[in-house]
Amino acid sequence: MSTRTIAGQKNLQDIRTGSKDGIGGSPLRPDGTLKVKGEFAYSSDLWHEDMLWGMALRSPHPRANILSVDISEALKLPGVYAVLTHEDIPGTKFYGLEIQDQPALAIDKVRYHGEAIAIVAADHPETARRAVKKIKVEYEVLTPITTEEQCLNPEVYGYVHEPHEFKSHGSGNICHSQKLVHGGGVTDEIRALADVIVSGDYEVGMQDQAFLGPESGLAVPAEDGGMDLYVATQWLHVDRQQVAPVLGIPEEKLRLTLAGVGGAFGGREDLSMQIHACLLAQRTGKPVKIVYARDESFFGHVHRHPAKMYYEHGATRDGKLVYADARIVLDGGAYASASPAVVGNAASLGHGPYNIPNVRMEAIALYSNNPSCGAMRGFGAVQACFGYETQMDKLAAELGMDPVELRQLNAMAEGDSMPTGQVIDSPAPVAELLQRVKDMPLPPPLDLTNLDVRTLPGALSNTTHGEGVVRGIGYSVGIKNVGFSEGFDDYSTARVRLEVIGGEPVAMVHTAMAEVGQGGITVHAQIARTELGVEQVTIHPANTEVGSAGSTSASRQTYMTGGAVKYAAEAVAQALIAKGRKRYGWTHNDLSLNGGKVVSESAGVLVSMVDLLGDDAIDLTREHHHRPTVPFDKETGQGFGHVQYTFCANRAVVDVDVELGLVKVVELTAAQDVGKALNPLSVVGQIQGGCTQALGLAVMEEIIVKDGKVRNASFTDYLIPTILDVPPIPVDVLELPDPNAPYGLRGVGEAPTVSATPSIVAAIRAATGLALNRVPVRPEHLTGTL
Amino acid sequence: MEFLRPATWDEALAAKAEFPTALPISGGTDVMVEMNFDVHRPSAILDLNRITELRQWEITDGVVRLGASVPYARIINELSEPLPGLALAAHTVGSPQIRNRGGVGGNLGGASPAGDAHPALLAAGRDVFVEVASAARGTRLIAIDDFYVGVKRNSMEKDELILRVHIPVADGPQQFSKIGTRNAMVIAVCAFGFALHPKNGTVGTGIGSAAPTPRRAVAAEEFLQGVLAERGLWESGDLLGAEVIQQFGELVKAAASPIDDVRGTADYRRHSLAVMARRTLTWTWNDYSKQIRSAA
Ligand SMILES: Cc1cc2nc3c(=O)[nH]c(=O)nc-3n(C[C@H](O)[C@H](O)[C@H](O)COP(=O)(O)OP(=O)(O)OC[C@H]3O[C@@H](n4cnc5c(N)ncnc54)[C@H](O)[C@@H]3O)c2cc1C
Repeated sequence: MSTRTIAGQKNLQDIRTGSKDGIGGSPLRPDGTLKVKGEFAYSSDLWHEDMLWGMALRSPHPRANILSVDISEALKLPGVYAVLTHEDIPGTKFYGLEIQDQPALAIDKVRYHGEAIAIVAADHPETARRAVKKIKVEYEVLTPITTEEQCLNPEVYGYVHEPHEFKSHGSGNICHSQKLVHGGGVTDEIRALADVIVSGDYEVGMQDQAFLGPESGLAVPAEDGGMDLYVATQWLHVDRQQVAPVLGIPEEKLRLTLAGVGGAFGGREDLSMQIHACLLAQRTGKPVKIVYARDESFFGHVHRHPAKMYYEHGATRDGKLVYADARIVLDGGAYASASPAVVGNAASLGHGPYNIPNVRMEAIALYSNNPSCGAMRGFGAVQACFGYETQMDKLAAELGMDPVELRQLNAMAEGDSMPTGQVIDSPAPVAELLQRVKDMPLPPPLDLTNLDVRTLPGALSNTTHGEGVVRGIGYSVGIKNVGFSEGFDDYSTARVRLEVIGGEPVAMVHTAMAEVGQGGITVHAQIARTELGVEQVTIHPANTEVGSAGSTSASRQTYMTGGAVKYAAEAVAQALIAKGRKRYGWTHNDLSLNGGKVVSESAGVLVSMVDLLGDDAIDLTREHHHRPTVPFDKETGQGFGHVQYTFCANRAVVDVDVELGLVKVVELTAAQDVGKALNPLSVVGQIQGGCTQALGLAVMEEIIVKDGKVRNASFTDYLIPTILDVPPIPVDVLELPDPNAPYGLRGVGEAPTVSATPSIVAAIRAATGLALNRVPVRPEHLTGTL
Repeated sequence: MEFLRPATWDEALAAKAEFPTALPISGGTDVMVEMNFDVHRPSAILDLNRITELRQWEITDGVVRLGASVPYARIINELSEPLPGLALAAHTVGSPQIRNRGGVGGNLGGASPAGDAHPALLAAGRDVFVEVASAARGTRLIAIDDFYVGVKRNSMEKDELILRVHIPVADGPQQFSKIGTRNAMVIAVCAFGFALHPKNGTVGTGIGSAAPTPRRAVAAEEFLQGVLAERGLWESGDLLGAEVIQQFGELVKAAASPIDDVRGTADYRRHSLAVMARRTLTWTWNDYSKQIRSAA
């Protein structure tokens, strides 16, 4: 692994660097060693005296009417405390992130394979499992609505949500749609301006977040009639907002605490077991724990939207883009989840980081009887990037141009305008990122004299000793937004407390931020050290006693909650200095906190924080709101819709066994602008992790759904990359500060997941000469045996 | 659920006789997964981990007697010379953790068409035997060709346990190839084992994951044996020629009867079997030629 950190010309000068474990340092994460040693307490390890185990009965059919549910035999089983259906729900029966269209338990019909119909609480998981088997459901099985053709003809094939119960912004089986027109749009006249036109149909399969810690949590009924819920989630407050109305209790009475999270990647943005555990706890008066098994996990969370896309690009002979046209159809499955936001991203980011004078776009999300799809790392942008980057390669081939040069020729930069009309008002080093990955040294060619099968496609499976192996190289670049968009005020709250403990100044940071593995708590401590000049920082458990931290998604947490911690810590620092001014009558205007002391640049150390604080504590809470955005106009797609943009470029080197269709990614290089690397080690880790998830989408990860049924709900058949699939990932980190962001930072986590997939497929194309318009690429695609 | 922990082989056989529905557990790498997925809720589990014989191997009269529970990791480390095909197959099984626990007995007990030991055992020749025993009838040897009888079914009786497998020490090069859609820890989309047996002038094949049971490509074996004999190639070690290799691949392909499933299409399985057959034949023959020439 090689890491290069390049300071930008505009790097912020005013960052104090008192502690080596402050920002810009790479202190190790506190959870790392525990996780590696198997000692970390995950939500599935939660335990309570007297607790019951909850379990759900799920539909084996993707579409059916429920004629009857008979729970009597289940209730008779000794050890069973409760069996509930939707009829037992005390409050509202529906929930949803943006649109409340999902029943907490199915009401008279099921809309996807795995939808929960009834829930059981029992004194042992085995008893619960047996009770679930004793619930008798009579179904009238209906033909599922699963294809675009079926979805778009509801009068023939039916409605996923009947018109009278439809709650979304669209109509029929369209959950959400967004159009966009830029310049002159795409007309025959505009088309005539292009010397070369390339087009194609592209497809992205249904990827899963495949987090390792299954959905789990513990609901504990409280004496005040409320509920304490310990759960692995991405956003405590939005869970509370959705769960409390179903329980029929005010939000204040539902208190959430974050339990150990084993990965998220968007899959925990929606509710899973939260409502079910709380309903059972409410009914039985006992603590209830639910842990999904691995197969249930595949039914228990939303997936990445599969996409079918049409792209068309026109360019002049010398490679300047003239126009771009696209239609992106996303399958949202049975319930809305994050579909509207996914559509917004696909439409607004779907033409990539390129200056294109004339643009047309339509993105829609369908309702279908396929599994629900929602948030997953890079959503909307991931699918589109595979389309537009494939197009760039096609165009380059058509023009006989170098694919990197073509991209650079059309690359957007600071000051350029997105097709939405939003001007990019911070660095957008698209051309430079491409140059950097191109300039990195290439890995050595395949050496067949010193054969180690682990380095070949197939690895230890011993399928080749060099026969059929061809190397290919591919490039790509992508764009992603940071933070919630289109007018959403996803603010973050942080509370910072400073006091003397054991003769030392100690800061405590309290937020509701979900640490899902991104390293947020490490960064919070770094920020507190830097802003308060202390070494000791404790992180308060994340809970709803403090205001919302927004979601750990959209690459936003360091920007948003990190920003809130910065502002709260600054306020605490100012309060402490004000206290000193009051006590000592200081008039200096060059005061700061450093090394546990109040320091004047001119007069030196004034007082130790221990002496100044004495027995007092300074405890302040601040909210961080990003600059406001607006929704995109429904027809034109115009509007200042996104908070910040982030870019990543990749170069992939692959070896393909062209006879067997097996692929070994040899190296995957990334260059990304992060504005400011608060924790360089974490930043590189995020980029490598993001690239790895993109590699999974490129060559193996797909939930296979046939006629609405999930066929591979296990890690035996839903394959994610192993260490032998993950190549060295050299990362080149740029730090060009964004003047609008705290510390100038730019969200990191998603951009590589957006950009890396197409580079790998481009490299496979280079090796095979095949078109490859679909990911994941399977051996069948490479050998003509589909 | 009963948990039986016999200390000796005889106790194990007695327990199995008394509780014929007891599910034996060795490494547990299949059993525990299936219990987790609720495939089995056995009335009793018969733990074989205290029985030392199962974890031993010995070579007598040119035959490896491989204890049912000798884990794959030890087969790789200790037996790659006498059993090169099986050791290569063992290399492809799961991950280091799985190779430390799982063994050939478990693979045979499960008799999954995707088990990686099977193609290697079939290829190792017709003199491979599974030694099973019961309290009532004592020991018997089941020829490997009679062992696999259906999808995940073998020819053992309810009261029998596997003690060991008898595999002749390799007298020629052996190879094993497996297709998986990732580069490690993957269930075979299909697999192929191949062995040259110069001593008796035969060749062995084994096809995995491309039929209801692991099976031999009989016509391919006979074709190749014929060519090798007719052209005196065993003695000369001369090149086989592209046509022979091609024909062998086609016959292996024809021996399979694969299905389409989530792991791969039937077409791909047939196609890749032909490729693996050609490559493994080429590798083994090249090795064999080298041996002949350096001996000459
Ligand atoms: C992550 C993972 C990856 C895997 N990858 C592979 C792979 O790549 N290739 C592959 O072939 N397999 C793979 N497997 C399956 C498994 O590891 C193998 O089948 C292994 O050989 C089983 O051996 P075991 O000792 O663990 O068997 P167990 O799980 O203990 O038993 C398996 C079966 O055999 C029976 N049995 C065990 N011992 C005896 C005996 N002495 N007499 C009679 N019956 C017996 C059991 O009752 C059971 O039915 C994988 C499993 C996992 C969990």
